Amino acid sequence: MRDPAALPRLLLTLLALALLWPGLSLSELNLGALFEPGNARTMGQFLGDFWPPAHEADFLALLWRATLETLAIATAGMTLALLLALPAGLLASRALSLSALYRGGRPAWWGALLRWPVRGLLIVLRSVPEIVWALLFVRAVGLGPTAGVLAIAITYAGMLGKVYAEIFESVDGGPARALLGAGASRLAAFCYGVLPNAAGEMLSYSVYRWECAIRASVVMGFVGAGGLGQQMDLSMRMFAGEEVAAMLLVFLVLVLLADQLSRLLRSRLT
Amino acid sequence: MSIQVHGVGLTHADGTRALSDVRLSIAQGERVALIGPSGAGKTSLLRLLATALRPSEGHLQLLGSDPWQLSARARQQLRRRIGLVHQQPPLPPRQRVVTAVSAGRLGQWSLPRALLNLLHPLDAAGVQAELARLDLADKLFARCDELSGGQLQRVGIARVLYQQPELLLADEPVSAMDPVLAGHTLGLLGEEAQRRGLTLIASLHAVDLALTHFPRVIGVREGRILFDRPAGEVSPAELEALYVNDQLPSREPPPSAAPLPVARC
Repeated sequence: MRDPAALPRLLLTLLALALLWPGLSLSELNLGALFEPGNARTMGQFLGDFWPPAHEADFLALLWRATLETLAIATAGMTLALLLALPAGLLASRALSLSALYRGGRPAWWGALLRWPVRGLLIVLRSVPEIVWALLFVRAVGLGPTAGVLAIAITYAGMLGKVYAEIFESVDGGPARALLGAGASRLAAFCYGVLPNAAGEMLSYSVYRWECAIRASVVMGFVGAGGLGQQMDLSMRMFAGEEVAAMLLVFLVLVLLADQLSRLLRSRLT
Repeated sequence: MSIQVHGVGLTHADGTRALSDVRLSIAQGERVALIGPSGAGKTSLLRLLATALRPSEGHLQLLGSDPWQLSARARQQLRRRIGLVHQQPPLPPRQRVVTAVSAGRLGQWSLPRALLNLLHPLDAAGVQAELARLDLADKLFARCDELSGGQLQRVGIARVLYQQPELLLADEPVSAMDPVLAGHTLGLLGEEAQRRGLTLIASLHAVDLALTHFPRVIGVREGRILFDRPAGEVSPAELEALYVNDQLPSREPPPSAAPLPVARC
């Protein structure tokens, strides 16, 4: 008895290896550079300044403002992204195809034709890294949080839209098909048939993306898009290790909080 | 005529032949049972009548129109008038029973009303009434994953009753219920069909249930209609021909044909 899945699995494994190996050699990864005496000493000095983290009152006030700004950039960016990603995800997904109902799950060609432009748009939105969007917007609207918010909104709309569309397709399609088959409209079938099954996964992915948006807004701060990143850029230029350490601690707390929030929301939903 | 099927055949996407040359006509208000061995095509026939499958050849008329000549929008309007009870009710596990049942009327409701109902049940009393007749009144606010298979099947039936269709199709609607409950549920479906004058077509595994609860019985075997007659005229020889199975290895009949002794005390 031969397992019909054996050959495809073997080929896929070989393909994965063949793709990974050149990646490793092309990236010129050289761990030895870390341990060369000169490099190690510079890094050691910088790290040595980390303790104790800065805690003067006026620095803490500055840190507090920057943290709030970072949170605001991430949250506003995510909100704008959601506004674009939800409709785009619905349009790009095959889960609500009426023609797929009676065609054994394969939508008709005209449906596929309509879905492709939306998928294409999502690909364009997320294929340009947010830092590039941020540089672009800093030129357009000037230094400050607006550039960060727009950059996050655009990139994350692409990611969320794609993942939402895939979540809609991956949950059990039976309930939505049954409702469509009883004459329900597609949006109603989505709300009653897909959403109850997809909500938990969507929520946990969105909160994770929000966490990523916090980190991204920090990175974008380095190019002048406001928040903690801009502060960190300044502190690093001044080799103020203790300030950098304080900010890293704030990151840690933010990510921890996002993680707890995700856990809380998910336990409420399941 | 509620249903007219003219020489319909069905080949699934994977190439298996499900139905061949099915001819059928069922008047409004008739109650019909579909019986036949597993894999005979009962479910395919029901899904065809529910417009969930498109015939590969032939054509059919449902409630006065050919669904495959209609525009997609008109077909959705036709589907509102057809209710299909699924053998395994496709209900999201985390949905509450009240929401799952009220979803039966999504075809009739506007989108704002549907969304509002998702936040707060607008017709809990109406849903409760359908559940009560199926002995599920206390499950109104339970979640679907808290129910047993038989209870879930009754929630599926309650949803279709709440939909108030003109054509009620049921695919093994009582397969997960005990005999008493199965009898009660089929009786209820029959009563409801007579009261509202709707056409009822149900596929059943249990031949005795089909013969007692339905005036007309259709035997399906290997994708074809073997017989189609009033329940009183179905002969034991026909039933045997319907269910005969050449594939199973033949076995000696069990030593005691007598019913198992039941302890009484």
